[in-house]
Amino acid sequence: MNDRLKVRPVVNESGIEIQPRYGAQDVEESGGFGFIGEAGQYPFVRGIHPQMYRQRPYTMRQYTGFGNPADTNQRFKYLIANGQTGLNVAFDLPTQCGLDSDDPLAHGEVGRVGMAVDTLRDFEIAFEGIDLDKITVSLTVNGAAPQLIAMYLAMAEKRGYDVAKLRGTAQNDILKEFIGRGTWIYPVEPSVRLVGDTIEYCARHAPKYSPVSVCGYHIRESGANPVQEMAYAFCIAKAYADDALARGLDIDEFAGRLSFNFNVFGSIFEQVGKFRAARGLWAKIVKEHYGAKKPESGWLRMIAGGGGGGLTFEQPEVNIVRGAYYALIAALGGAQTMALCCFDEAYTIPTEYAQRISLRTMQLLIEEMGLSDTVDPLGGSWYVETLTNQMRARMEETMAEVDAQGGIVKLVAEGAIQAKVSAQAYKMQRAIESGEFRKVGVNCYRNEQADDLEVQMHPYNEEDTRRQVASLAEARSARDARRVAQALAQVRAAAESRSNVMPAVVEAVKAYATVGEITQQLAGVYGRYREPVRF
Amino acid sequence: MNRPIKVVVAKPGLDGHDQGAKVVARALMDAGMEVIYTGLRQTPEQVARIAQEEDADVIALSSMAGSHVPFCEKLKPLLEQAGLSDKLWVIGGNLPKQDHARLRELGFRGVFPSSSRLDDIVNFVKANVT
Repeated sequence: MNDRLKVRPVVNESGIEIQPRYGAQDVEESGGFGFIGEAGQYPFVRGIHPQMYRQRPYTMRQYTGFGNPADTNQRFKYLIANGQTGLNVAFDLPTQCGLDSDDPLAHGEVGRVGMAVDTLRDFEIAFEGIDLDKITVSLTVNGAAPQLIAMYLAMAEKRGYDVAKLRGTAQNDILKEFIGRGTWIYPVEPSVRLVGDTIEYCARHAPKYSPVSVCGYHIRESGANPVQEMAYAFCIAKAYADDALARGLDIDEFAGRLSFNFNVFGSIFEQVGKFRAARGLWAKIVKEHYGAKKPESGWLRMIAGGGGGGLTFEQPEVNIVRGAYYALIAALGGAQTMALCCFDEAYTIPTEYAQRISLRTMQLLIEEMGLSDTVDPLGGSWYVETLTNQMRARMEETMAEVDAQGGIVKLVAEGAIQAKVSAQAYKMQRAIESGEFRKVGVNCYRNEQADDLEVQMHPYNEEDTRRQVASLAEARSARDARRVAQALAQVRAAAESRSNVMPAVVEAVKAYATVGEITQQLAGVYGRYREPVRF
Repeated sequence: MNRPIKVVVAKPGLDGHDQGAKVVARALMDAGMEVIYTGLRQTPEQVARIAQEEDADVIALSSMAGSHVPFCEKLKPLLEQAGLSDKLWVIGGNLPKQDHARLRELGFRGVFPSSSRLDDIVNFVKANVT
């Protein structure tokens, strides 16, 4: 014990004190090896598949989209030609907020941070020439998810794919949008119900499609520590599961299609412990709390990556190195899918060049570094096993606290979670500025020579906006106005009667109703969210 | 001045990234200022109206999603019409270097791109509110 007292204390971001060395005794004291099991077997701590990357390496899915659908289609094809195995679509803010490109509130924002979408026609253009059986598509959309899921299914069906066999994912996690990211539209309660509508609809009509990807990612970006990231995400996932169960669905009908999205910046071992702990905890919740019978219902299928919160504006090229460690973390953590923030992403929409570096980073772990050779390579490390046990215990404590305070839906609606994470973000920013929390290039090893790599800015083309608005006008004039009006009336009627809106939304998008028109129908019934400003 | 400096911190447009705005708002409050945070999705008209109603000394925008120039072009005449030309206008966030001159030209005396330090923001506000 004496030598332990002599070294400087180290506490990880989750508040766990780190010992200078670990042994079998530490694992025993933290709960032992009993909850680990084997990869592919409950509780899946070591991985959800017995062979993991030996059988299939992680999918590589860079977040991409800008300008109009034709621009984005080109970039998709570039990435696929460079070995990317999935797509992760970025939409512009008007689309994400349920506004059409010609809406006055969309001024200056069309095609800016993602691809603009107004009607089904835009999906037809965006995915033209892409084999949807080979390349799975993830849609990063939340408030407007019902429309965009409907468009994806309608587009695939039109191209002859069997929707019952179609794979893909929508982010569609509205509760975290109220905590961070902010693309909410309707009040909290109907927003959660809409997520339930998509889960129910997909369970019945598109059972291979993952309608929700529950995100700890953005909660972490907003200031949560790694334990809170997972605990809040699981509280949110339970809120959606509870809604689905209340509709009469069986847990085994939909739990296996829930997926997750987590962050990777921070200490390597804390992060790997986080993923292993979370895998065991989610499996336990699904089995013990919900009584699932199918083992795959409790699989924590996840995209892990990004890491934007850890990247720096200073010395941007060093972000390439950070990205390599983040990819390592995701691979050691057993992610099914990976995406990396690019080195220039603190500045701009990534260039093709920056995207390619991120893609190569993920590829070289598989091809050169041996990360796909064996399952859970850190399993059995006394340090990592101890952390895994400790972090799972802390995640359970945090979840119990949320429940004791009235549950996640209530705490989000009141702004309580938002206030908590933003207070932590402030504390972290102060710790970085004081030098207490080290960031290379920011508060130590600053570059005084002003020879940092010059980042090439992604150009914003006003012409793209004009073309998108013109294309929207064309789509509006080409459609059957009566069919659109009838379909929109059905959307409203479904919302008013509190029945599932998805069948009506699917019909509306097939009639080329716009994202904005459908949003207006739903907002006419649900109202619009008013943000509780607490921080 | 015998009352605390009053700052309206606003999130312009559709951008939902509010972590930075909230962090800066806290820093200003810790420095003894009174902060009104608007929340997300403010139009230029709303920002001008809130600043006028609150009799703000400082109008502070936080923009992370790239639409700062078109937004500020709309906001400038509205702030002028509201009689707020003599107030301190500042903006922070993801603001590319090539836009700084344009933002200053539009009346934003303080331009704080990502990586600015909280103390620098606080000191700038203190030094420029009279």
